[in-house]
Amino acid sequence: MYNFDVERPTSIVDAVQAMSKEEAQPISGGQTLIPTLKARLAAPSVLVSLTGIEEMKGVRMSDDGRLCIGGGTTHTTVAAEAAAHYPGLASVAARIGDPAVRNRGTIGGSLANNDPSACYPAAALGSGATIVTNNREIAADDYFLGMFTTALEEGEIVTEVKFPIPQAAHYEKFLQPASRFPLVAVFVARFSDGVRVAVTGASNDGVFRWTEAEEALSANFSADAVAGLKAEGDMISDLHGTAEYRAHLVGVMTKRAVAAIA
Amino acid sequence: MPKDGGIGASTKRREDVRFLTGNGRYTDDINLRGQAYVFFLRSDVAHGKLTSVDTSAAEGMDGVVRIFTGKDFEGVGGMPCGWQVTDKHGQPMQEPGHPVLAQGKVRHVGEPIAAVVAETLGQARDAAEAIVVDIEELPAVINMKDAVKDGAPKVHEELTSNLCYDWGFVEENKEAVNKAFEDAAHVTTLELVNNRLVANPMEPRVAVGDYSRSDGEHTLYTTSQNPHVIRLLMGAFVLGIPEHKLRVVAPDVGGGFGTKIFHYQEEAFCTFAAKACNRPVKWTSSRSEAFMSDAHGRDHVTKIELALDGDNNFTAIRTDTYANMGAYLSTFAPSVPTWLHGTLMAGNYKTPLIYVNVKAVFTNTVPVDAYRGAGRPEATFQLERLVDKAAHELGVDPIKLRRQNFITEFPYATPVAVEYDTGDYVATMDKLEEMADIAGFAARRKESEAKGRLRGFGVNCYIEACGIAPSNLVGQLGARAGLYESATVRVNATGGLVVMTGSHSHGQGHETAFPQVIAEMIGIDASMIEIVHGDTARTPMGMGTYGSRSIAVGGSAMVRATEKIIAKAKKIAGHILEASEGDIELKDGMFSVAGTDKSLAWGDVTLAAYVPHNYPLEDLEPGLEETAFYDPSNFTYPSGAYACEVELDPETGQVTIERFSAADDFGNIINPMIVTGQVHGGLAQGIGQALMENCAYDSDGQLLSASYMDYAMPRASDLPFYDVDHSCQTPCTHNPLGVKGCGEAGAIGSPPAVVNAVLDAMRSGGKDVAHIDMPVTPSRVWAAMQG
Ligand SMILES: Cc1cc2nc3c(=O)[nH]c(=O)nc-3n(C[C@H](O)[C@H](O)[C@H](O)COP(=O)(O)OP(=O)(O)OC[C@H]3O[C@@H](n4cnc5c(N)ncnc54)[C@H](O)[C@@H]3O)c2cc1C
Repeated sequence: MYNFDVERPTSIVDAVQAMSKEEAQPISGGQTLIPTLKARLAAPSVLVSLTGIEEMKGVRMSDDGRLCIGGGTTHTTVAAEAAAHYPGLASVAARIGDPAVRNRGTIGGSLANNDPSACYPAAALGSGATIVTNNREIAADDYFLGMFTTALEEGEIVTEVKFPIPQAAHYEKFLQPASRFPLVAVFVARFSDGVRVAVTGASNDGVFRWTEAEEALSANFSADAVAGLKAEGDMISDLHGTAEYRAHLVGVMTKRAVAAIA
Repeated sequence: MPKDGGIGASTKRREDVRFLTGNGRYTDDINLRGQAYVFFLRSDVAHGKLTSVDTSAAEGMDGVVRIFTGKDFEGVGGMPCGWQVTDKHGQPMQEPGHPVLAQGKVRHVGEPIAAVVAETLGQARDAAEAIVVDIEELPAVINMKDAVKDGAPKVHEELTSNLCYDWGFVEENKEAVNKAFEDAAHVTTLELVNNRLVANPMEPRVAVGDYSRSDGEHTLYTTSQNPHVIRLLMGAFVLGIPEHKLRVVAPDVGGGFGTKIFHYQEEAFCTFAAKACNRPVKWTSSRSEAFMSDAHGRDHVTKIELALDGDNNFTAIRTDTYANMGAYLSTFAPSVPTWLHGTLMAGNYKTPLIYVNVKAVFTNTVPVDAYRGAGRPEATFQLERLVDKAAHELGVDPIKLRRQNFITEFPYATPVAVEYDTGDYVATMDKLEEMADIAGFAARRKESEAKGRLRGFGVNCYIEACGIAPSNLVGQLGARAGLYESATVRVNATGGLVVMTGSHSHGQGHETAFPQVIAEMIGIDASMIEIVHGDTARTPMGMGTYGSRSIAVGGSAMVRATEKIIAKAKKIAGHILEASEGDIELKDGMFSVAGTDKSLAWGDVTLAAYVPHNYPLEDLEPGLEETAFYDPSNFTYPSGAYACEVELDPETGQVTIERFSAADDFGNIINPMIVTGQVHGGLAQGIGQALMENCAYDSDGQLLSASYMDYAMPRASDLPFYDVDHSCQTPCTHNPLGVKGCGEAGAIGSPPAVVNAVLDAMRSGGKDVAHIDMPVTPSRVWAAMQG
């Protein structure tokens, strides 16, 4: 690692203030950022730790029936506290990495990073969540802009994520055997007014909605409805799976997610 | 049996107390006063001309002690190779130079170019970033078959080509083998890849060099399986330090699996730099460095053929293998695809004619050398896949075809130079069939099918050559070292004793198993016996641990030394008891005179040896300390039969191992629990190779699997509960304990059973796939099932 200073604000206002410094970068659980720093692939001059900001932590139901999760909430907390309200989401958090990762890693960090194989982006996009930052609210549909790219501006902090709660949801994850991130995973959420299907791990463009499947499932919510469909797009091809294989897995994971709900 | 465990007791491993309570003393735990840290600047290109290495900006940076480049090593020897293979024309292999730090060229990603010694590791790394390296990139040669084509870029300009050697074995048999193929009723052909692996011991490599100006002595602390070998190679060939001025210590070592046999540049560097800087110099490998600097394993591309007569008897085998050496010859690299591989091609079968051709090839990749099994897994995989393929082509049961061709009479002289002393392949196969519950398979398959899964069953046999090795034989085969082992048994006045062994324990449990043998021989408690290893200043010249040799060769040396101790102790006892030594019996730690009630305790005799008041001083020296060197007269030949049952998800291609049975014949066994643990570990690595592990390069020579994000290590949840048995025992006939060794069996014997089972599962789903390469990933399985 290169040397850096650390700021430990205790409020969002102070964090935003600290972020105005030159080459400042926020750090939450550090599960992605610390390895990056150790490999000397990032050189921030100031790390602004968000872990001491109480107002960014916790899981609560809002008056309009959405599940609101503070940006600094760990995966472990989400797994435990979202379970009663939104089990499909709690189960996503419960299956990220290992206990050490879940005890430190946060939803805000995951959504800010937008790894093309991360789990939370699929849950947020699949739920039609709203990403709340220190100065605005961004609909998930407008937030994910491709691999490691989001609508966040320089210095903007994810403070909260608001999830509408579907009638039912399921996240089907096929593991990449080395990293245990998804090789392909699909989040299916069934709402009264339609179905959302979000796919992670598969595309070079990062998380995406599989609209053909959504249409088919909105008309007929059954595994058979997606049987003939094939996901299109610029699929990832690497050591662990070819593009064709990933496209195929998108279909299988979707079908299984639907079967788990239906 | 002694009350705390002699031969055959599953004594708990005494060393685990210190390992599991954080009291192990590993090389990285060693911190010397005034030590500086080294960071190696490594090549990030696979092949290029090193036009300049400018350290001027880095020299003056904070904390920098000194920066070294290839120039500093111009007067120093290169990294030596310990084995010279002679090719099929009788010519020696091509042997390129191997500098400590790159000189003139870089030949693989990860090759060290410069080394910064600084007060802290951070400062060393900062300074390394300020070194300006100019590399004129050259096209990389990665694929072996491309590398040997005319006009291919040369890894080493001074060589005639990228071909290290073209080895034929046994060259004289070639025509007869070809003739047998012409006459065959059936020929089965198989082309396959044995995937490149990274050993990944839990402890990465570490080296600490120290130099004493007061007595001119160098000390190297290093993560080695064989400190004397490092002392000899580094002292004599690289740095020119006589052995009496060089001490090599390999303290607790956290796993080796072969990759810590070899002498590495970082060891030579730290030893050299400690003197040059006049302070201790420490290097600790990061995991990322380990991926690009630890010698890799396997990496063969093979075509193998089997000829059968009309009755399905094997009549001949012919193989054609390309073996990757990487960019340089690692210490024992040339021996792995030849003498540790070709000699195993008979397997468990009485095939009368065999011809093995191996082309060893230089490429712009990390050097490849021995990894758990070394050559023998490659041989077993080819042969056992081939026999399975033949069975399916002929429509016969794979187990029946194997049984029909088993060697049943011993000793058996193979057509590939080695002679098996004992074995009983029928017995291990019988045992396996019982363990694997073949009768219940059909019902289990039905259950899987009800869940939408396919179920497959696969078996294989294996034979290995362990207890490496008779020195005069390996000398003829090109080894530049002897392969005996040594032990000194030092008995103390009060009866406890210390064994100083040349074998090295880095997870094998020697500190527990070795005392069990002596406890049995003398009849004293194992707790009175201490094992010392891993330090050239404390142990006699020994060759270390690899090739499943510790108990077979090191244990034999210890037995021989203990026999000398007992013989002398009997003389002392005879003198005190006033009886002739021939009448003295030793039992349960008591010396007695046959046919009388006169006796003397072990401790009385050991005390007399050091307080020789009543002692035959005119005939016998005082003291009780003996050394023995043991050179085996043959290899040992453990063997066995393994069965694997998999479930395959046809929609995703995911394979899970549902059952795994292993019936091994290791000859006599000292500690069954340790043996079981060794088999478990070997199976994990074999199954890892079969299903998950893959060290892959792209065509530019960049390592694609350079971290655990992409290199898939097997985890507990990827593995089944194994069913392991070693009750079939045909003792080795030529070593005193009748032992054969068990360290590598699991890794050697398991990959073919896994792949055979996967193909069986696919067939049950209507897909007759002739072969699938390892690792059998879901993506590959799915693709194969689309065809
Ligand atoms: C072994 C291992 C296994 C893993 N497995 C999985 C898995 O299966 N699935 C999965 O999805 N993930 C996995 N992860 C990643 C894990 O979920 C991380 O916790 C997560 O991606 C990042 O969260 P963090 O809080 O640690 O962020 P950090 O590492 O602290 O930060 C990540 C990035 O986000 C920025 N950032 C952090 N917080 C905020 C914020 N509130 N607002 C704006 N920017 C912010 C940082 O500046 C940095 O650029 C794994 C990680 C490890 C180490």
